[in-house]
Amino acid sequence: MVEAFVPKNLEECLLRLNHNDYEIVAGGTDALIQNRSHTSMPIGFKKPVIYLSLLEDLKYIRQIDNRIHIGANISLESILESEITPKILKDIIIEMASPAIRHTATLAGNICNASPAGDSLVGLYLLDALLEVQSYQNKRYVLLKDFITGVRRIDLLKNEMITEIIIPNLDFTDCYFRKVGPRLSDAISKLSFAGAYKLEANIIKDIRLAFGAVNTTVVRNKEIEKKYINKLVSDLKNNVENLVKLYEPFIKPIDDQRSNKEYRKEICFNLIREFVDKI
Amino acid sequence: MKINFKLNNELVELDTTPNRRLLDVLRDDFGLTGVKEGCGEGECGACAVLLNHQIVNSCCTPLANCIDKEIITIEGFSKTKRYQVIKDAYAKLGGVQCGFCTPGMIIATESLLNKNPKPTINEIKIALSGNLCRCTGYNLIVEAIVEAARVGEGLW
Repeated sequence: MVEAFVPKNLEECLLRLNHNDYEIVAGGTDALIQNRSHTSMPIGFKKPVIYLSLLEDLKYIRQIDNRIHIGANISLESILESEITPKILKDIIIEMASPAIRHTATLAGNICNASPAGDSLVGLYLLDALLEVQSYQNKRYVLLKDFITGVRRIDLLKNEMITEIIIPNLDFTDCYFRKVGPRLSDAISKLSFAGAYKLEANIIKDIRLAFGAVNTTVVRNKEIEKKYINKLVSDLKNNVENLVKLYEPFIKPIDDQRSNKEYRKEICFNLIREFVDKI
Repeated sequence: MKINFKLNNELVELDTTPNRRLLDVLRDDFGLTGVKEGCGEGECGACAVLLNHQIVNSCCTPLANCIDKEIITIEGFSKTKRYQVIKDAYAKLGGVQCGFCTPGMIIATESLLNKNPKPTINEIKIALSGNLCRCTGYNLIVEAIVEAARVGEGLW
């Protein structure tokens, strides 16, 4: 049976991380299932575990200047209840899991899981989320899109952990989130889509689209988005098929037990059309 | 290691590994078999308990996450007036058939009403979104919660 540690604060936790290659567990809602053993047996972790449950120093959400700082150990429910949480993130959290999961699961956990179908990731990519990553010796900042390097692959050293998620407080005219799955809460998405835009007198000032579960990581393409900045909304609406064509090379879903690639591709294009239609 | 927490209003201490599911600890160490193992993956809610008075799935809660926290299972909750009101409402409206999901449903009901004593139908459905029932089709459970909120007004 593997060793387990429950550090009392961040400093103790970071110090401990220097000793070995640990599985870091916050809420545990994914980690326990991925390491499931048998009823009445200890959880089947393959390496020693550090539990973050007592790390109160990472349970916060606060605004500093025009940025929102989210501690790595705060529950999804507390983020949902906070007045400063951006609407797009609230829309995602309420659909991504049941209350029981939301009460314990964390954003940092969803990020480190690095699943192509991670629901919070489309919102965080859309917001250009920045991560604070710490070891006992060092602190660094990395963009989420650079942190996730592939399917379940992340840029994290053995002695490091995510300590904070930083998102700019952006003023969108509106935003849009769609999760496609057999059951909203709890089911893993067949695909997910988040969109946001800012208009000034029918001119597009900002437009962002992010797609989940259609490639190895979340798809967001700033080059395509840039083509529509300072353009009339009507130009976009009248040429929505052009937008769909621009995204087509990046939408490369797979067949799996949840869905097939043809369905995912078609629905993905429909979601682009619906998003534009609602602008 | 020594693990302390509050279980059904009593302080308890265990000398065990924190690498255990709360579900197994409750059933095996304390004989609290009202907590059911359904899917074991956090999808069905049969294992639901209150952790600091919020619903969690005990099948995906490590014991480590209970240190210095308060856990209430259906057995502990059944000693309260709130439980009586919820139980009577489920019985009156037919919100129970085989009963396997019922402890989890009642925990979900309490977690909701504790935060929101006058929920809308939609809020009730969201509150039950992590609990599966294969018998009643949910409508009767939703109606039971509306009834419990009405009859128990002032309790939450």
